[in-house]
Parts: sequence; C-alpha cells; structure tokens
Amino acid sequence: MSESRDEAQIIASILAGNTHEFHDLIRPHERSVYVMALSLLQNEADAEDAAQEAFLKAFRNLANFRGDAKFSTWLISITLNEARSRLRSRKNVKIESLDESPDGQDQVSPALLRDWREIPSEALERKEIRLLLQHAVADLPSIYREVFLLRDVEELSVNESAEVLGITVASVKVRLHRARIMLQKKLVPQLKRFNPRRRWFSWS
Amino acid sequence: MVIECKHVWEHISGYLDGTLSPEVLEQVQKHLEHCEICSAILDSTRNLLILTADERVFELPLGFSERLHARLEAEIRGLKRE
Repeated sequence: MSESRDEAQIIASILAGNTHEFHDLIRPHERSVYVMALSLLQNEADAEDAAQEAFLKAFRNLANFRGDAKFSTWLISITLNEARSRLRSRKNVKIESLDESPDGQDQVSPALLRDWREIPSEALERKEIRLLLQHAVADLPSIYREVFLLRDVEELSVNESAEVLGITVASVKVRLHRARIMLQKKLVPQLKRFNPRRRWFSWS
Repeated sequence: MVIECKHVWEHISGYLDGTLSPEVLEQVQKHLEHCEICSAILDSTRNLLILTADERVFELPLGFSERLHARLEAEIRGLKRE
C-alpha cells in the first residue's frame, strides 16, 4: 500500500513541475515494459524502441492517469497498445491460424507423461533453457500470448488483465488455461531432455 | 463422483490458481491421488509457470536503462524549453 501511495505522491509532484522525478517513477517498471514489448514484437531492437515510446507516452499523458488503476497496469496497457499498433503497421503481419477459436469449446490437450522431475530455477542459468521458454511463449497465438504475459509473467490479476485487454473475466480464464496447456504440451517434451537421470548438480 | 482424465485437464488452470469450487476441487484431488498421468501434467504445468515467471528468462539488453533515461531526459528538457 505504501508503495502505491509513494507512487501517487511522485506522480503529483511530477505534474506540479518536478518532471525529473519521472526517472525514479519508472525505474521499477523498466523490465516489465520491455518484456511485454519483446514478447509481442519478437525483435529486440523493435521492443526497445517500443518500450521507450511507451514510457514517453506515459510521460506526455501522465495528467490523464487516474489513480483507480495501478500505475504499473496503466503502463502495461500503453505498452500493449504501442506493440499492437506496430504489429498492425508491419507489412508481413503473421496471419493467425483460422482454427484458433478464442473462447469456444475446442479442447486443448496437454502432453501426457507418467512422471515429472522438477526442473529447478537454477536451470535458467543455461541460455538454451531460457531461449526454449522465450520461444515457446513467443510462438503462442497472440490472443493467448497476451493473456499469458499479463497474468503469468507480469502477474496482473484476472480482473486487471480483463481490463487491459478489454475482454471479459471469463475470457481471460479460458484463454489463460489454453495458453498454459499449450505451453505444457510444447515445452514438456523439450524440457524432459534436460531432465537429468541423476542429480541436477552433476553437470556444470 | 469419479471424473475422467479429460475433465481433470479442464481444471488444471483453476486448480493452480486456487479458484475451483470445493466440490470440483475434491473430485480433482481424488482423481490425482490415483492418476499418475494427471499428477505429472499438473506438476509439469506448475513447474513451467514458476520458470516462465522467473526474471532470468527475459533479460534487459545491456545499456537499456541508460538509453531509455537519456531519451526521456531529452524529452523532459525539450518540454521545459517550450
């Protein structure tokens, strides 16, 4: 709570003319804005430019920020719009698959396995594992990727995600479920290869 | 009531988020007790979510912050001059 009060105070101060405080206001949010832009645009240079543009837009429009949403959610919303408009203006827009039914009854099935050896977070020290995860998220159809990023990467609530995307809470839940199952289906067979038969610390 | 694997899969996301109703939760838990496939699906999905939420997966490019703040500074100074 104190964090949001501090943020509100900084915003009021910036609007009162202490514009340099904008630097401090956004520092905690740099990573989440960039990750959102990167996962949507799938190109580092584009993502960096879109992230910068999103922060500039937030600065120019700060007077329009209303305290009823969190500042972080507002920023993510600006980033999503910035990324979407860049995607629209790209000539080679990837056509989404036609059999993708956002909220219909189609089932998505997980990868079947009999046992799962946990992959510990230390495995993320390996670049190939990080890339595997990044690519799997990037390969999700955009409607699922957006929900997944908001909920499971940016850790917005279901309600906040629904608001940012302009869809219902029920749709967020359905799409999130599918996104998670799609990722499980794709990643689990790949990650199993990294599952050591012995202990994790046996390789360096 | 006994439920099949396919029905359990529909509830994986809700199970992980803790949003299942008490009745459904009980059915799913009972199923998980004797179904190693569904248990492995659940464990692997939970594991994936922990990994993808880890900050190390998506790193900021070197110098990102410096370039961002330099661009912001230029914008802020520009506004002050107007």
